[in-house]
Amino acid sequence: MSDNIRFIQGNEACVEGALYAGVEFFAGYPITPSTEIAERLSQRLPENGGKFIQMEDEIASMCAIIGASLTGRKVMTATSGPGFSLKQEAIGYACMTEIPCVIVNVMRGGPSTGNPTHVSQGDINQARWGTHGDHNIIALTASNHQDIFSITVDAFNFAETYRTPVILLLDEAVGHLREKLIIPEAGELPIVDRLRTSLGKGVDYHPYLPREDGRLPMSDFGGEHRYNVTGLFHDMWGFPSNNPKVVNELLRHLVDKIDNNIESITRYKEHFLDDAEYVFVSYGSAARSAIHLAKTRRARGEKIGVLELQSIWPFPKELVREKCADAKAVLVVEMNMGQVLAQVKAAVRKPGRVFLANRIDGKLITPSDIKKLLRVIQGRGV
Amino acid sequence: MAVKDYLRERFFPHMWCPGCGHGTILNSLIRAVEELDLNKNEIVMTSGIGCSARISGYVDFHSLHTLHGRALTFATGVKLSRPHLKVLVPMGDGDALAIGGNHFIHAARRNIDITAIVMNNRIYGMTGGQFSPLSGPGVKATTAPFLTIDSSFDVVELAKAAGATFVARSTAYHAKEATGYLKKAIMHKGFSVVEILSQCPTHYGRKNKEGDAVSMLELHKTNTAPLGSKALKENPSLTPRGIFVDVERPEYCSEYDKIIDYAMKEAR
Repeated sequence: MSDNIRFIQGNEACVEGALYAGVEFFAGYPITPSTEIAERLSQRLPENGGKFIQMEDEIASMCAIIGASLTGRKVMTATSGPGFSLKQEAIGYACMTEIPCVIVNVMRGGPSTGNPTHVSQGDINQARWGTHGDHNIIALTASNHQDIFSITVDAFNFAETYRTPVILLLDEAVGHLREKLIIPEAGELPIVDRLRTSLGKGVDYHPYLPREDGRLPMSDFGGEHRYNVTGLFHDMWGFPSNNPKVVNELLRHLVDKIDNNIESITRYKEHFLDDAEYVFVSYGSAARSAIHLAKTRRARGEKIGVLELQSIWPFPKELVREKCADAKAVLVVEMNMGQVLAQVKAAVRKPGRVFLANRIDGKLITPSDIKKLLRVIQGRGV
Repeated sequence: MAVKDYLRERFFPHMWCPGCGHGTILNSLIRAVEELDLNKNEIVMTSGIGCSARISGYVDFHSLHTLHGRALTFATGVKLSRPHLKVLVPMGDGDALAIGGNHFIHAARRNIDITAIVMNNRIYGMTGGQFSPLSGPGVKATTAPFLTIDSSFDVVELAKAAGATFVARSTAYHAKEATGYLKKAIMHKGFSVVEILSQCPTHYGRKNKEGDAVSMLELHKTNTAPLGSKALKENPSLTPRGIFVDVERPEYCSEYDKIIDYAMKEAR
């Protein structure tokens, strides 16, 4: 079907994925390099009966989507570095109150205003620990438009399944790159709809009492069940509590509901990994260069493979350990000072064999950047 | 329905200090909702952080107790998503106009159909008595041991300038009058602001020698006068009470519905 084929930016692929997943409400604030997501949705949402609002700031955007989600909508916001920092308090609120939402962070160089129009992958740890206090989070990423589309669908599905904010970590290079996207037919990718309570009028509904499978059915604001939502620790009614047992159980629940499902959440791709002696671990636009180098060196008989991570948090420790087990060396290819590197070192049996191939100057890391380091590690000189 | 039917009795006793004006404001608000005979399922209350914000836990509506200063932004998400819902947003003075000041003026500018209730006791009560942007100069507070030098906002003038289409002021002393204004505000289509002067005997009254709750209530009476009254004309230093603005202007959600109609037609 030719009208299912697009030649668009990565940011637009994200928009198409969100629409496919059923996004109904977006609130945002202009910021480079994510603005195209807001621009595109300001047109596409009302065309489909959905709502778009440009709020007065990043904080307001994050809060507005949480409010809209509680009324039963699938919601999203998009931002970049400074905006992602501003949203952190409200992201923590969504963690605590277990309100599904998707936050896209198209990464640019930081800290502070940094390098707004250039690529970086410096927000990996912020995605995990940007908001205060113990909590858990899901963060996903992708390196090409087809994958951005499907990982965006996953982001909405995970938000609904686990009742959590999901962070989608794109980066400037992949967000602004134009390439082909084939939009899947309806039904081709699974869509998770909101789990709503089956309890009827007059029956006590406990908004924060997990079912046996750990899931919490929701009730839309405006519906028959009136309940309280608060960022304070709360009991099964949603009412504030500082009872030590309530606090302990809620915090463990927030962490466990994601950790216990790491296998269902883990997303990755492998490229030539079967017999690889050298393994590149990479993600996002950096993975494109890693894959390109692996391909060209394979053609010359070098056994190089790539483990491309598409879920960063919860970090797929077991997967990384297994895939890197037989490697002579592991190169983590990323555009920061080693944020995923630290996770990989902690995951593998021989952390001394893990090296960082990075670039942090706002330029996309190239295959030859990686090759130079690889040759040193291989003992072949530069 | 009885007033009690609008309260979550199992969550009482409330956490407000003896003599606090906030309970009286809750009373005024519940009576307004009762007299309007609103369906509880169609009311969403969002609040921020502070003594005032705890009001949302005590009412039997859909209630969203959020972040300091951000109540109006959550409310905006709720309202735009489901415009048929009545959205009530009680806020403290610091909550609404210090940390939440930007959201306050922008909600007014959009004229989104939300009722903002500023419960103004001129102090940060929950954190123990720091001055707020409504304290004004010459006030003693734990962060102003040598008296404040900060000027205050006039909530009414600010709301007017920002574009609110219904603006009123009353006090905890004038509880019945406040109920009347709240009823009008709730039924007004557009962004409505009702400032209700409250008293904090614990943290404001003691430090500023305004006495106990009763004498502070008395001040609500003696320091204010109705708009257009002889008392106000004779003594312009009194704080005016009444309805300052009640006008029609296109409401945000209704305007957005027109955008949807147009966009859907164009896309076909």
